[in-house]
Amino acid sequence: MRDERIALSHGSGGRLTHHLIEDMFLRFFDDPILQELNDQAIFRSPSSRIAFTTDSYVVNPIFFPGGDIGKLSVCGTVNDLVVGGAEPLYMSVSFIIEEGLPVTDLERIVASMAETSRKTGIRIVTGDTKVVERNKGDKIFINTTGIGVVRDGIDLSPRHIKPGDVIIVSGTIGDHGIAILTHREGIGMETPVESDCAPLNGLVRDILDGSDGIRAMRDPTRGGLATVLNEFAHQCGLCILVKEEDVPVRDEVRGACEILGFDPLYLANEGKIVVVASEDEASGILDAMRKNPLGREASIIGRVLKEPERKVLIETPVGNRRILDMPSGEQLPRIC
Amino acid sequence: MKYIDEFREKRRIKGILESIRRISTKRITIMEICGTHTHTISRYGIREAVLPNINLISGPGCPVCVTPPGDIERIIEFSRRRRDVIIATFGDMMKVPGRSSTLQDEKARGGDIRVVYSPISAIEIASSNPQREVILYAVGFETTAPTVAATILMAERKGLKNLSILSLHKLTPPAMRALMESGEIDIDGFICPGHVTAIIGAGAYEFLSREYSSPSVVAGFEPLDTLQGIYMLVRQIEEGKSNTEIQYSRVVTWEGNERAKAVMDEVFEVCDTDWRGMGTIPSSGLRIRDEFAGFDAEKRFSIERIDCGEPPGCECGRVLKGLISPPDCRLFGSVCTPASPVGPCMVSSEGTCAAYFRYRSVVQ
Repeated sequence: MRDERIALSHGSGGRLTHHLIEDMFLRFFDDPILQELNDQAIFRSPSSRIAFTTDSYVVNPIFFPGGDIGKLSVCGTVNDLVVGGAEPLYMSVSFIIEEGLPVTDLERIVASMAETSRKTGIRIVTGDTKVVERNKGDKIFINTTGIGVVRDGIDLSPRHIKPGDVIIVSGTIGDHGIAILTHREGIGMETPVESDCAPLNGLVRDILDGSDGIRAMRDPTRGGLATVLNEFAHQCGLCILVKEEDVPVRDEVRGACEILGFDPLYLANEGKIVVVASEDEASGILDAMRKNPLGREASIIGRVLKEPERKVLIETPVGNRRILDMPSGEQLPRIC
Repeated sequence: MKYIDEFREKRRIKGILESIRRISTKRITIMEICGTHTHTISRYGIREAVLPNINLISGPGCPVCVTPPGDIERIIEFSRRRRDVIIATFGDMMKVPGRSSTLQDEKARGGDIRVVYSPISAIEIASSNPQREVILYAVGFETTAPTVAATILMAERKGLKNLSILSLHKLTPPAMRALMESGEIDIDGFICPGHVTAIIGAGAYEFLSREYSSPSVVAGFEPLDTLQGIYMLVRQIEEGKSNTEIQYSRVVTWEGNERAKAVMDEVFEVCDTDWRGMGTIPSSGLRIRDEFAGFDAEKRFSIERIDCGEPPGCECGRVLKGLISPPDCRLFGSVCTPASPVGPCMVSSEGTCAAYFRYRSVVQ
């Protein structure tokens, strides 16, 4: 298997496809439902409220400091489910592979997905593989769907946000964006930045179990913290005021942003959550977050005001307040 | 010392604002000549904080913005004609609108246009595509020119035959002189660009005090730097002095970076060049010397200059000269936004309009 490459026939549905499924996918994804090798996964409907999500992963490079496209795809699916208050159960995986991808690369990706799914408890129960001609894709794209269940009594939505609520972020922002960018462009840093790519099911469980004061939650991936805050402000019709100096940013990330002209508020994260919570529950939630290794640097960064409606304001160290907009245009393509 | 946090510290910022208020009595206009200063001033609300008697205006300090419409249009037109040529350029250039298209649009239509973060990357592109021609569309001031010059020298050493440069480099001091000569605007003092001056040295602005009795301060880009620069200017103006001072002393010297200047001088020679909104300014551009003609895209390809004006209604030219502030443009924030820019000042991350729009303050 040393120098073997993915060929078009690996996606033809014939013998090579079956080899790939048996020698690679089933070896790593050893779920009994998947082992059935049916055209669909069949399982019992677990609850009346189901969370359902889909996402595609096209990150370039496919291996980066702190993760790879496989880990990213499972974490991304899990995180999209848990920020809605769901417990992740099942997921599908669909690979679109460019002809010529080293089989060892695919194996690394699949092993990393298997490991992440084991850690998070989400089961990979159905999948598909297609191979496209050289130059018609870029190494590998992964599409996933995820299914989870939402406990009764949990109802998270920006609609519940009220004036006086508090905004909490679970740690430093911008790590993923800078890790990908510096790695991709070959920009050497004295202290290389690692992606924060991580599954957040444990962290979210800790805070949901400890508090019923959580109004809404989101993971600030593409578009970063600024985008999530704007989505919240638009959906609740209120104003969010953030203090710039309270937003946690790693020194290396800030340094890289200064050099490259980026704003960490707009950079992608893959292992962070933004929580809006009632004021009286905020310190309890913050404590719970900080006890979890993924939330050690959690901070309160702002609060919800009545006006100006549907705006995010940021207070600078000089003391003035300016509008923090949604980003316009793509700053960094293929970040996740 | 982390060189960032210390220069954003709230208590010190408040302290220096207080000092400025204490010594400032006259109504004055200060121009900054670097897009990065424009952004710092907008981002931290410094313009509002020093009001009302200190008027901070922005000058021609964004390299993408000062590139005239004809130079934008001709590369777009060239990319449409020559899909076989790889064009490398800096990110902001991709979105600057020409008459009917942008480089970004041309890329989507099949042009091979690549964003580079450093001119040196163009060497890698040329080396890994030996069968194809690569043009680096190079805009920039004295900060960018030495690295482009070094790129040419490196390409020569490597014997690269498929890389050439379209040099649209511009020099800062001649533009400042042109502003003073124009008689269109009264400027009481200049905040000079920190990084440009790291290369050319603060001595390059001495003519401002000698010939125009205008004080200047070379300042850094953190809010404390910029505020201290403003403080130093206000103090000079209040005391009736007109010296060239360096605030950004951790980076800038009087002489500049001799090595960078030598590399620049080896590869480029000074020429007259066109600026958006300012016309032809004598001795304000850099063209590739004849010895390096093999790397000069103007000589190797027909990339004809195209005569075209500003987009209809666009006031970028007057914004660049400090004659109007972005909100005075009818298109600002309505027709022209960063998502659908009409002129380059709304596109570039260093553009004045982009800074005003992105960091628009809320009246409390």
